[in-house]
Amino acid sequence: MKRHLISAADLSRADAVLILDTAEELASLADRPIKKLPTLRGRTVVNLFYEDSTRTRISFEAAAKRLSADVINFSAKGSSVAKGESLKDTALTLEAMGADAVVIRHGASGAAHRLAGWVQGSVLNAGDGTHEHPTQALLDAFTIRRRLKGTGARGAALDGLRVTIVGDVLHSRVARSNVLLLSTLGAEVTLAAPPTLLPLAVGSWPCAVSYDLDSELPKSDVVMMLRVQQERMTAAYFPSVREYSRRYGLDAARMARLPGHAIVMHPGPMNRGVEIAAEVADSVRSTIVEQVANGVTTRMAALYLLLGGMEFPATGVDQ
Amino acid sequence: MCAASSPVAGRDGLAVLDAEQIRRALTRIAHEILERTHGGDGIILLGIPTRGVPLARRLAARIGEFERLDVPCGSLDVTMHRDDLRLHPARALGRTDMPPGGVDGKTVVLVDDVLYSGRTVRAALDALNDLGRPRAVQLAVLVDRGHRELPIRADYVGKNLPTSPREVVHVLLTEVDGQDGVTISGEGRRP
Amino acid sequence: MTDSGSVTDNGSWLIKGVTIPASGKPSGKPSEKQGDVPTSILLSGGSITAIGPDLDHPGARTIDADGLIALPGLVDLHTHLREPGREDAETVETGTAAAALGGYTAVHAMANTDPVADTAGVVEQVWRLGRAAGHCDVQPVGAVTVGLNGARLAELGTMADSAARVRVFSDDGRCVSDPLLMRRALEYVKAFDGVIAQHAQDPRLTEGAQLNEGEMSARLGLAGWPAVAEEAVIARDCLLAAHVGSALHVCHVSTAGSAEIIRWAKSKGWQVTAEVTPHHLLLTDELAAGYDPVFKVNPPLRTEADVAGLRRALADGTIDCVATDHAPHPVEAKESEWAEAAFGMTGLETALRVVQRAMVDTGLLDWAGVADRMSVRPARIGRLTGHGIPLAPGAPGHVTLYDPAAPAEAVTTAGASKSRNTPFAGMELPGRVVATFLRGVPTVLDGKLA
Repeated sequence: MKRHLISAADLSRADAVLILDTAEELASLADRPIKKLPTLRGRTVVNLFYEDSTRTRISFEAAAKRLSADVINFSAKGSSVAKGESLKDTALTLEAMGADAVVIRHGASGAAHRLAGWVQGSVLNAGDGTHEHPTQALLDAFTIRRRLKGTGARGAALDGLRVTIVGDVLHSRVARSNVLLLSTLGAEVTLAAPPTLLPLAVGSWPCAVSYDLDSELPKSDVVMMLRVQQERMTAAYFPSVREYSRRYGLDAARMARLPGHAIVMHPGPMNRGVEIAAEVADSVRSTIVEQVANGVTTRMAALYLLLGGMEFPATGVDQ
Repeated sequence: MCAASSPVAGRDGLAVLDAEQIRRALTRIAHEILERTHGGDGIILLGIPTRGVPLARRLAARIGEFERLDVPCGSLDVTMHRDDLRLHPARALGRTDMPPGGVDGKTVVLVDDVLYSGRTVRAALDALNDLGRPRAVQLAVLVDRGHRELPIRADYVGKNLPTSPREVVHVLLTEVDGQDGVTISGEGRRP
Repeated sequence: MTDSGSVTDNGSWLIKGVTIPASGKPSGKPSEKQGDVPTSILLSGGSITAIGPDLDHPGARTIDADGLIALPGLVDLHTHLREPGREDAETVETGTAAAALGGYTAVHAMANTDPVADTAGVVEQVWRLGRAAGHCDVQPVGAVTVGLNGARLAELGTMADSAARVRVFSDDGRCVSDPLLMRRALEYVKAFDGVIAQHAQDPRLTEGAQLNEGEMSARLGLAGWPAVAEEAVIARDCLLAAHVGSALHVCHVSTAGSAEIIRWAKSKGWQVTAEVTPHHLLLTDELAAGYDPVFKVNPPLRTEADVAGLRRALADGTIDCVATDHAPHPVEAKESEWAEAAFGMTGLETALRVVQRAMVDTGLLDWAGVADRMSVRPARIGRLTGHGIPLAPGAPGHVTLYDPAAPAEAVTTAGASKSRNTPFAGMELPGRVVATFLRGVPTVLDGKLA
């Protein structure tokens, strides 16, 4: 039982549904005149961002502020960290400042684990190296549920939905968290990528694997595109961006082969023209814009539950 | 409504209201609401989850029968406005369902099953505040068990039930529990 | 343990009631084997002068060794003493003290110091520091290439001729990956009966590697260190050694596949020897789950199947010896995120206890076998005369007294080493090193530095 959210594996199926249901309730906040709740008044949430990520940081900041928490932003550039202060010393400083929760994004896998050993408050992993990004998986699951099961689908998981995740799985924390969470929620997950971008041990993961994107498209309810970094080319993961795009890029022709109800997702930021064509990104199937709004509500739900004393896994199989 | 008129044995408790008594109390409250709001003009019933919600619906139905009036009815979850987050672990949220038209300028009648410390109602007033500006707010409860910790009082009460703080009041409603009844358990009360 | 010394101290020691393990079927319990009868050992003038049941020697200090076993002083083929250059982590003084507490009478000090031990000057400095400290003999290892940069051979001959009499050469920490350079090194050392000890790690296949490539690394999002990066280099080096007729020693074998390749090479009669660390005989990559860098080591911890394969290989002699690869690091080097942390684990003080748990208590190796793998063979591979000689009258007075029946105790981070990065912290291990004798003089008595 941990008072942190570090890996999607920390959440039982009931925990995940609870978070989605809570987010569903909080979503209506956006329609109210006062878009704020007093629940976390007097609590301090620190955003500890070692990697530049304005989008995620702002999302967490908005989530915490809408719950009336005080937010302190600590970014690595130009700070004591840039002068060589260790993660441990930074953690001790945050402790001294009385942080109730620390949201950490860091370039090293396991940084959130290490931080959790040094602070009293709750740790939310906002992305550690190539390990995990659990709130991304939560907002993705929330988006899928809303789009494919409707906004009233309280108590529902994602049973029977087929999700295909495409791209650089090997280096993707979004992929790891999504494989874990989606399968916990009952979805069938397939990874589509060239063999070089899949971990050798992927056979032990709760998902199927395919090297052929085209064969997966007609069966997919959701296609989730991962960002592919151009630098991977120099390490011989694939011969050229052109070939990658040709074999694994989601263009308009491939989008047309999706079932009518299917949606296209992307955690952002996108490489338009590489893994996803512009017209696909801008189509009605695309959830890319609403993923951002959903990010705030799911992060509000996560903050509320964690700072409200919940420890994951909190609920059993069927509670 | 069920025909039984004998006391209902609740969860190892003494029955204090049976189904018939509940029915009569709600009928009385419905009439009182109509009296004190000039015939239900501009009212909204908001039930506080969990059991305040079916009670609000039943009241709305009664009022509709008496006056052929369509009373807007909804639910107001107060979990996020409670003052005891640090004492109890975070709970799952209930549904907040605002009827169309909102609360601005309306007379909101909050509906709950039991009135005790008054903290739930205080949270409801806070939550209501963030939703808009009602003309007036009133409170209807099925049971008032005393022991207020805040200066809060109900406008409409189904039954006044003096209790000791060590006792527990259980309200059972068909929509939630499969039967109607109010029982009390604890020291000094034997079935 | 009683000290019934007489008035005159003539430096003799009489160890009474000790068992000297003889070869036989592995049972792990000395008292149960035929030929393992309690006896006494007399140490005098730096040597073992007598072994027998009813020895007496007036003026000798006695040790009641009832229940203990006596092994020839242990020899470590692979230790990092860090001096010169990283005295914050360890010095020759503290490292050899740790070695003595672990039952060692000789250690080979690896060359990746600062400055690198690639000249006669540095190796002689390390050798002298060892003699001055006096806790155990220090045999410096010379670098294969200048500065460990893998480009140019270091002055191997000069180091061999120096007072340090270097015979083992290694770029450990780095791999001699250039096949031509490895060939030349193997050929060159034939002139003075040297041996090249290779740290087998293909650099291209392990760029940025953090943990064994497998299920754990995939789950934890850590760059994988594939087994093939070790096995491919070992295979190549065995073939090279055979081709030029020279001696290859493989450092810290970590995979079952590597053991298979070495078994094949030996079956061809090639001069290949190999070592395994205590931690690779007991621990797996599952321990990395909490990202605690105390479990970060090079080569990495691997799987249960690898542990089993390595144990079998050590039992049947395919792997010749246990070598600690004692790698001390200061606290801050191990207290960070995994990727930032240094590679390495300490091991001198716990080695024998780990080997007992992994090999003796599992019935894979008896204590005579332990003596062979931890003293006789490492001395032979290191060409270290005067060490690794089975206990017999006339042999040098290097003796380790060990209590295999000591109650299992949790390992603490306290010890003689300056560093605390032991992966066994909190783990219950059996046994206890009771005393260590170096040339007939105790360096450790009753489990403490003498």
